[in-house]
Amino acid sequence: MPLSFLKVASVAIAAATVPIGLSAVSWSGHRLHPVTITVTLPPGSITYSLPGEFLRGEHPQANPRLKRRFNKPIEIMTYQVSVADYADCVKAGACQSPQETREIPPNAPVTGVSYLDASAYARWYSQATGDYWRLPTDEEWAFAAAERFRGGFEGPQADANNPAKRWLARYKAEAQLDRSPDPLPRSRGTFGVNSRGLADLSGNVWEWTSTCFVRATLAADGTGVANSLDNCGVHVVEGFHRTYMSNFVSDGKSGGCAVGTPPDNLGFRLVRDRPGWRKLILGYLGI
Amino acid sequence: MFTRREALFGAAIGAAAVAAMPAFSATFAPADIGALAREKVKLVAPPFVHPHDQVAKGGPKIVEFTMTIEEKPVVIDADGTTLNAMTYNGSVPGPLMVVHQDDYVELTLINPDTNTLAHNIDFHAATGALGGGELTLVNPGEQVTLRFKATRSGTFVYHCAPGGSMIPWHVVSGMSGAIMVLPRDGLKDDKGKPVKYDRIFYIGENDFYIPRDENGNFKSYETAGDGYDDMMKVMRGLIPTHVVFNGKVGSLTGDNAMKANVGETVLIVHSQANRDTRPHLIGGHGDYVWEEGKFANTPAKDLETWFIRGGSAGAALYTFLQPGVYAYVNHNLIEAVELGATAHFMVEGEWNDDLMTQVEAPKAIATN
Repeated sequence: MPLSFLKVASVAIAAATVPIGLSAVSWSGHRLHPVTITVTLPPGSITYSLPGEFLRGEHPQANPRLKRRFNKPIEIMTYQVSVADYADCVKAGACQSPQETREIPPNAPVTGVSYLDASAYARWYSQATGDYWRLPTDEEWAFAAAERFRGGFEGPQADANNPAKRWLARYKAEAQLDRSPDPLPRSRGTFGVNSRGLADLSGNVWEWTSTCFVRATLAADGTGVANSLDNCGVHVVEGFHRTYMSNFVSDGKSGGCAVGTPPDNLGFRLVRDRPGWRKLILGYLGI
Repeated sequence: MFTRREALFGAAIGAAAVAAMPAFSATFAPADIGALAREKVKLVAPPFVHPHDQVAKGGPKIVEFTMTIEEKPVVIDADGTTLNAMTYNGSVPGPLMVVHQDDYVELTLINPDTNTLAHNIDFHAATGALGGGELTLVNPGEQVTLRFKATRSGTFVYHCAPGGSMIPWHVVSGMSGAIMVLPRDGLKDDKGKPVKYDRIFYIGENDFYIPRDENGNFKSYETAGDGYDDMMKVMRGLIPTHVVFNGKVGSLTGDNAMKANVGETVLIVHSQANRDTRPHLIGGHGDYVWEEGKFANTPAKDLETWFIRGGSAGAALYTFLQPGVYAYVNHNLIEAVELGATAHFMVEGEWNDDLMTQVEAPKAIATN
């Protein structure tokens, strides 16, 4: 990871020689990217329930709530990556076509994209613009979503004598979600703007994050995690509710043994990292 | 392409044929039919079933049902795909009727003039006249009353069968349901001992064949007739676009999941009027299963999955032993997950550690 970051950083400094409007750099000479509209969130903090599955002893627990501080500003796309944006990556041969057959307006969020697709787009877009773009972490997403962040239905603390109580509680909570009955993606802006100025959060398009699914065992005294295991073949997906999807899945489905509520659509938005001067210079020197 | 006028024209011939037949219902009716008690039953939409006695009280009677046919667009999946459905009593499947062996079923079938097509009903439980289909063809604006004797016990499909290609078209547009004819002394296990159920659910499985446009998206049509040619082409490929329970993907999940308690015995009646299926209760079993649905046969015991032949209805009796969320699926899992044939049971009660326990929660693999 640090290696690839340096590589991207060296591209960034090349781009930085262009006076302004980094996101408007031409790539392959075929299209100028429209300036990506972003929101810069000032430093702040949130308290939110961690994604994943948590055990204490042998029993599932309610997900721990944690206060997380963001010391630096976070720059994040105002809108989800659109059908037209993503089509450029496909045209450039860097992304595969979305698994989407419905007729969707070009300015609607791209859907039918997997974690792998979203990552490919971030790589291409970074190269194309000379900036470092990446998927948000789950906590960044939660911070940006503010009042639109709902989190998951991990259920209450397990009843040691009756594990089914937790399953039923979670099932009922998901069933009672007041979801939009229309899953067809809409033009950007349809679902409005949140208090931080981000559009279309928690509408009918769920968003990939860079956070892996984790199963953690909490310390017996309740302070911290005793041990944990990441499964980065599965990533956290955020939106109307929190869910977890395998990296290659582009259309969430429920059924069979999986009794959870699937997302209507899978899409994404990106975060732009501004590398510090030290990193930029190191990158320039190729170190 | 199949206009109301044509429907009426086709029906006029049918009506003439009926008129030419001897009025046999008068000739062969038992003399004492007028002496039989009558009971009027109000049907309820699946998965629920109208109140009924499991063991018959008194002698055979005439059980009166009324069903109104409704042609209407219905949404069959979460993407809003629309089927120009044809329904018995407004639901897909039509309601489950329950009577006892040797009772008479007396059905009044109404085809309101707001409909555009001629319809009828073929009861697999009935004897003669194409299951009653020959005697029940009604045009928009007509009604008919049929009486038949329920001579055999079991679960049986009924469906629309108005002739030729109309038959499969009406069936895969939603026109099927089931009737359960209980033995007068109720259900019995493999040893002949009476068994009872605390709850009954009726699940009708449907295969739908929705045409797609050139981009692969499902098409919708103003009327059923407008979509007839396209749908026929999909039907002839024999690969359904949807396989669903109770008319819609997700009709029996979430808020509509079926509910039961630990210790309760549930009878699940499952019909499929057109195509084979294989119900399976994930995490449970079939304690006693009448795969073919006919109660004169000994039920099979302890089944994991049961086979429902296309054009039949079966019944499975199960006592829930463990709480939780159960999935009830067509165990062709592609059909269950991708095409829609999944239902859920929410079962409340006390967990039985003896039946199952997680000895050790998931953790990193021990290295030595």
